[in-house]
Amino acid sequence: MPISAGDTAWILVSSALVLLMTPGLALFYGGMARRKNLLSTIMMSFAIMGLVGVIWALWGYTLSFGADKGSFIGGLNFFGLMNVGTEGSDTYASTIPHLAFMAFQGMFAVITVALITGAVVERIKFSSLMIFSTLWVTLVYAPVCHWVWGGGWLGGYGALDFAGGTVVHINAGVSALALVLLLGKRRGFRSEVMEPNNIPMVALGAGLLWFGWFGFNAGSSLMANGLAANAFVATNLAAAAAGLTWMIISWIHHRPSLLGTVTGAVAGLVAITPAAGFVAPIAAIPIGFGVSVICYYTIILIKEKLHFDDSLDVFAVHGMGGIWGALATGIFASSSVGGVSGLVEGNWSQPGTQIVGILAVAAFAFAVTWILGKILSVTIGLRVGSTEEMVGLDLSQHGERAYGGLLR
Amino acid sequence: MKKVEAIIREEKLNDVKKALEEKSYWGMTVSQVSGRGKQKGITLQWRAGEYRVDLLPKLKIELVVLEEDVPAVLDAIVANARTGETGDGKIFILPVESVVRVRTGDRNENAI
Repeated sequence: MPISAGDTAWILVSSALVLLMTPGLALFYGGMARRKNLLSTIMMSFAIMGLVGVIWALWGYTLSFGADKGSFIGGLNFFGLMNVGTEGSDTYASTIPHLAFMAFQGMFAVITVALITGAVVERIKFSSLMIFSTLWVTLVYAPVCHWVWGGGWLGGYGALDFAGGTVVHINAGVSALALVLLLGKRRGFRSEVMEPNNIPMVALGAGLLWFGWFGFNAGSSLMANGLAANAFVATNLAAAAAGLTWMIISWIHHRPSLLGTVTGAVAGLVAITPAAGFVAPIAAIPIGFGVSVICYYTIILIKEKLHFDDSLDVFAVHGMGGIWGALATGIFASSSVGGVSGLVEGNWSQPGTQIVGILAVAAFAFAVTWILGKILSVTIGLRVGSTEEMVGLDLSQHGERAYGGLLR
Repeated sequence: MKKVEAIIREEKLNDVKKALEEKSYWGMTVSQVSGRGKQKGITLQWRAGEYRVDLLPKLKIELVVLEEDVPAVLDAIVANARTGETGDGKIFILPVESVVRVRTGDRNENAI
């Protein structure tokens, strides 16, 4: 097919929008950390933009989208961007340059790795995080991405994932949980007060995420068409409904919370990600409502009952939000939108297919992440020393501090 | 000469300052401090769930006055910083050995 100017323009813009989500995430996470770890938390996302950006071009893209090997992984035919040019691909998004498709997909790999960092902030050793990220994007992200979008077994099996509920959010959320179990709690978790250093920064980050998510979801149509508009509207509605729901839950328990409201909006964006191109936009309202209820009480369960220090709630928001989104896609899918019917249209098997996708990705991500983390933990160590942790990672890992000295 | 150190609620600063001004006590140093007393703290919210903050933000006013002025200063502060709830603060009075005005080198009573 010839290259379409409209499609190309939209995907290039969408790629830039998705890229901006990672700095947005950096602020979103950074504001929730304590002041002594603000730079370190932001740095994790920016370092991953560099690291995964390079890996994607060298071997990440080809392992994800290269010629299929056994339905499990891509071959090496696109290694170092070989054979990825200005013409359309034969296999993927043939109306846009192959380079544009590669770039768009690369932004997803970057933010998926960056999402995991929220669970391990304030105590992970920076050098270990860099090695972990290199291994994880190669051995977890690339295979799972291939399974779902690169011609692997899960997409062929019929599991629906429009823009990455499984590949990005379940993958990152479950991996985050595995790392939390290996890494342990921060010093003072549940015994000392750990206050967010800057909630306006969290809100700014959430705003950038919401904005960038239009590229993430509506761009995943890979064309400038009606499906993109469907995904765009569903995305906004889910964020709105979920933010509103979280606000109300926090109001019932205490007061209407800004930190809660913006967290809800992000959870809504997570949940609509797999569904945006399969459900009618109006279905985004129950999806957004459901995700805030689920994620809110998962945080309580994880932090207050199980006492796991998933510091910035990556499993609760992205893992559980992604699982709900994948399931909700099987419930609310409408054949007039994405060609597949869900439970509400009488297709009783689709939720089951979705559950297979959820379990397969969750089990694979948990197991491989655990093994990678364990190897790092017994070799170079995953954690900073206790003095370094008490001083804060800004000074101990980066030799910088967020705010200057006494004189203004 | 005495130094009056008053820890007060942030929202009471303007009233206290005005009352001291009306009695012609202009000089003061105000700083932001954190502390705790019988109020014990307040409850804030995480994304889900709540946590206690037991060191609360307060303001500390410091002023150095002649010994005979202490009762009037205390009256002004107490009358204007009080709400009757826990967390209204405390006032400490300390002896001051000497005072120097940097601009002129004046000492003690002449420097207040």
